[in-house]
Parts: sequence; C-alpha cells; structure tokens
Amino acid sequence: MDYFFQQLINGLVLGSIYGLIAIGYTMVYGIVGMINFAHGDIFMIGGFIALITFLILVSIGLTMVPVILLLVLLVAMAVTALYGWTVERIAYRPLRQSFRLAPMLSAIGMSFVLSNFAQVSQGARVKPVPPIITGGYTLHDSGNFAVQLSNVQIVVVATTIVLLAVFSYIVARTRFGRDMRACEQDQTMAALLGVDVDRTISMTFVIGAALAAVAGMMYLLYYGLVDFFMGFIAGIKAFTAAVLGGIGSLPGAMLGGLAIGLIETFWSAYFSVEYKDVAAFSILIVVLIFMPTGLLGRPEVEKV
Amino acid sequence: MKPLKLIGLAFGASLALSTAAFAQDITVAVAGPMTGSESAFGRQLLNGAEQFVADTNAAGGVLGKKLKLFVGDDACDPKQARSVAEKIGSAGIPFVAGHFCSSSSIPASEAYADSNVLQITPASTNPLFTERKLKNVLRVCGRDDQQGVVAADYIVKNFKGKNVAILNDKTTYGKGLADETKKALNKAGFQEKMFESYNKGDKDFNSIVSRLKRDNIDLVFVGGYHQEAGLILRQMRDQGLKTVLMAGDAMNDKEFASITGPLAAGTLFTFGPDPRLKPTAKAIVEEFKKKGVDPEGYTLYTYAAMQVWTEAVKKAGTTDPEKVMKVIKAGEWDTVLGKLAFDEKGDIKAIDYVVYKWDDKGNYAEIGSGKGT
Repeated sequence: MDYFFQQLINGLVLGSIYGLIAIGYTMVYGIVGMINFAHGDIFMIGGFIALITFLILVSIGLTMVPVILLLVLLVAMAVTALYGWTVERIAYRPLRQSFRLAPMLSAIGMSFVLSNFAQVSQGARVKPVPPIITGGYTLHDSGNFAVQLSNVQIVVVATTIVLLAVFSYIVARTRFGRDMRACEQDQTMAALLGVDVDRTISMTFVIGAALAAVAGMMYLLYYGLVDFFMGFIAGIKAFTAAVLGGIGSLPGAMLGGLAIGLIETFWSAYFSVEYKDVAAFSILIVVLIFMPTGLLGRPEVEKV
Repeated sequence: MKPLKLIGLAFGASLALSTAAFAQDITVAVAGPMTGSESAFGRQLLNGAEQFVADTNAAGGVLGKKLKLFVGDDACDPKQARSVAEKIGSAGIPFVAGHFCSSSSIPASEAYADSNVLQITPASTNPLFTERKLKNVLRVCGRDDQQGVVAADYIVKNFKGKNVAILNDKTTYGKGLADETKKALNKAGFQEKMFESYNKGDKDFNSIVSRLKRDNIDLVFVGGYHQEAGLILRQMRDQGLKTVLMAGDAMNDKEFASITGPLAAGTLFTFGPDPRLKPTAKAIVEEFKKKGVDPEGYTLYTYAAMQVWTEAVKKAGTTDPEKVMKVIKAGEWDTVLGKLAFDEKGDIKAIDYVVYKWDDKGNYAEIGSGKGT
C-alpha cells in the first residue's frame, strides 16, 4: 500500500506538469480551433528564461530561496507571455482568414524557429542547475518502505492548484473570461456585440504561454535541467493529455494531464518501464474510440 | 539575368577556391555528438582533434601537407551518423576519428567501408563494432565485454549478498554494457534482483526509483549515458534512497556533476586508467590546461587515434586507407596513451578498466583496478 501511495505521488506530480502545458493547447484550440504546435517550444523557452533569471538573481547575491523563486516565476511568466503574444501576432493572426491548415503549418514552422533559436542562442548542451529546493517529508514508514514527499513535489503540485484556480476563475467569472467564451462560441457575433476579438485571442495566447512558463519552471526545479529539444516530447505528451481530456476543455486538460502522468507511472510501477508510452497511447486510443470528444469534451461539429 | 550570372560566377569562384584548398591540405574528420544530450562528449572528441591538428601543423604537417579538420555532428542519432558518414565518404576524406555513441559508430562504419574511409573510434565500446569483419575499423578504447567484467568483479567483491538492479537505456551502448555486466555477474553466481530498461531522453524516473526502493536495492548499475544516470541519482536521493549508482565509461565528464551537484559523491563508474595521469600525456595535458580545457574522458583517446593514423601515414607515405590500415595493424604506435598495438579485428591488444568514484566536489578518481579478461 505504501508503494502504491509513493507511485501515486510520483504520478500526480508528473501529471501536474503535463496538465499545465496541456491547458495552453486546449485554450488555444477552444478559441481559434487550431492546434498550436509551437506550444511545447514555448514551454521550453519558459524553462530557459526561468534558468537565466535564476542565474542572474544568484549572481547578484540574492540568497533567499522563496524570494528567488517568486521573482523567477514572475519574470518567466512575463517574458514567456511576450513570446506567446509575438508568435500569435506574426505567425497566426495574418493567417486567420486563410484556409484551416495554414495556421497549423505556420505553428509547426514556429516550433522549429523557437527550438533552433534556443539552440543557437543558448547552445546545444544540456543546462543543469544544482538542486534548488531540497529536503522533504517521510509521510509513512512501514519499516521496509518509507513514503517520501519531497519539497519540490509539494511546490509543483501547490503551484499547479493555485494557478488552475486563478485561471479557472478568470475564465468563468471575469469580463475577459466572458469575452473569451463568447469568441469561442462565435467570433463574428462576439465582434458585433463589441468584443475586441483580436485582443481576446492575443490574451489567450498570453495566458497559455504564461502557464507554459510556469510548467517550464516547475520542470527546471523538479528535474534540474533544461535543453533546447525538451519541448518536443513534453509537447506531444501534453497535446495527448489535452486530447484525452477533451480538447477545448480547461478542466479536461488538467484531468488528461493527470491521467497520462498516472498511467505512465503506474504502468512502470507494476508492469514494464519499457512500455509506459505504449500504455499511455493505447489508453488514449481506447478512450477516443468510446468517447471521440475525450473525457470532458463537448462535440463540436464544424471544427477539426 | 544579371544577378543570376553574378551568383553563378560567385559560386564557380568559391568552388575553385575550395578545390584549391583541398589540393594543398589533407582533410581529416572528427565525428561525434556535437549537439544534443551527449554533446559534452562530442566536445571531448573535438578538443582532442583540434589540439592534434594544431600540434601537427605546428610541427610541419604530414607528408609535407597541412592537416585540415572536418567536423561531423551525429547528435548520437544513428540516422544522422549514417548521413554524416556518407558526406565524409563522398568528400574523399581518408580518415575519421569517431564516433562517440556505439549506435552511431556501427551504422556509420558501414558507410565508411563502402566509400573506403579508415575509421578509428576513440570511444565506442560496444563489442559489435569490431566484430563484423569490417576491414576499415579500429578502436583505441576498450570493449564492453571487458568493461562489464570489471564492473561485475567490483560488484561481486563489494556488494556480496546485497541487492543489485541493472537498468539500461535500450541503446546499443547501454543495452550492450548492461547485458555484458549481467552476464559476468551471473557467471560469478550473482543474481541481480531487477533488470529493466528505460527510454533514453526520459526525464522522470520516479517510478523506477520507487521500485528500487521497494526491492531494497543497494546498488543500481546503469547501462546508459550521464544525463539519465544523473537524473536517476537525483530522484533516488529525493525519495530518500541511499542506493549506490554505478555506470560505465559514459560518465567520465564533469557535466555529470553539474547535473547532480554534491549528490554525485559515492557514484561509481568504470573507464580506462586516467589518460591524464599517463607519463606519455604529460606535455599535452599541460598544453590543454594552458587553454583552460580539461582533457578528460575521451579527449586524449581522440588525440591518440589521430596520432596512430598520422604516424602510419608517414610510414606508408600515402593516405590510401587500405595501405595505411595494413601498416597500422603491423606496427606498434607511440601515443599519448602509451604504446598501442592492434589485433586483426581492430581492437587494442592491452585493455585495462578501472573503477572510479565521484566525490562531492565534482571530481572523480580511480579507486582500484582489475584487469579485463
């Protein structure tokens, strides 16, 4: 039982990171109906900015870990959000009236641009940081197996919950959230009723990028390294999570992320580590056969 | 039409220039993972090769010509390795020092064989590299069937009656090393408690780590590269495990310690006796230090690989790969690693592996030796 709980913790933390990235996919899909393939790389950029900010803060002599973390979080979110906004402005907005596949191709291109940009400007090597948040708690020790919860894991899950609550509130309760939901339903009608569609879409990308930056920073804290190609695999996993949860649905993305994280973890825990990705994708296929719109998705007819 | 003509002219001129350059120099290649997660090792290979080319040219070159270095990047990817090899082959380059990853060296060697390029790997330890009866391959490092025996010896001696797990990353190198170690362990009557594989490039090993914890593993042997090993170590310590991590020669770069920080203390790995401490390497190590480069790991192996080739070319009076190969296999060569001689397959005759241990300051040192058989 202790072993089960330990694996549950492992899976939940991994799932939280997937979920944070998946939200970016799902929000963009919900509002403009395109899959933003560059999102995984926005996540990678977020990780790099967190790393750079961290190194700058340490080099100017800041030593209080909570202050550093908060500053890193804010800077990473702000700068990455700027990337998200720029990508939308130069690569997607000009193609919004074009045929449906155009922005998607442009997104794939953007993904290459971003990862190559990181490779050229930051170098091809893996960038490690020494463990920043150390220590943890022993939750239960049965003598031969101690369930450990590390402080990093607490930080990752707590940050995810807080951010998810904040952004769910924004979408459900604020003026901006109402604009977003209006654009999601019908852009022309929303525009007629005085909603600034361009601005709303821009803000969606900004929020998605900011959440990806948080995921990037959590990734850096948890695994202790970033590299220019990490966006690809993480992006694929998060995209899968978004589809599994029902693309377009915010809680669905989080649920999908947790599901993928848990499936991978428990599969490696009780079966073979080798086939964990196979297991995750097989379950995705099974779910999609019986629930084509994902776990929490609503059927939408005209969008692909 | 005018700009087109201009471009044509410029193109023609540049072609003429590059062929002119070819006529005066001998181009040799170094190939390895210059980018990607194994780029730390690509850097080792490149440092060794650049230093050798500079030293040789300063001493007057080879056969009256200067050496020129072509750098190939395989990113530790078999497909890319093959295409780099084809590029080197079609450029008429007679010699390549590389690659690093066994999964790159092996497919590349076939392309080199097709286009008659002599390949000396400084670092690929998978036995298969020299076991396929190819006429164009040599290696200046050891083999995993020797490395695995030394690792197993150490485990049997120091972890008798304890629980051992073996993990591998499914790559040619990692799986090969894990299999050889397992074979040697089992031969000594030692049964591992767990044998699992993971995907190279994975970042989350928490699930495997919890399994190690459940099975009370005292030592985990990782057949894989330093990045994944570093992450496994970090995640083990996060979950409160004191399990010792042991791995192979792909841990001989300081980058491992920059991933783990002081947690590296106590981690073991096998590698040839430290090349930097060999009396034959003293002068060159000084030169590297002046440039601020630590010639660790396979840096000096690459230097030695190029030394063997260059000396053989001088003796043979030609760069023709077949003739040079004959000369290399017939002779004995003074290198920074000491005297090297090769057997018919292309392996070096005397191979030693020793066990190293990392400390908490980010350094590693030999702790004992054992001869491979």
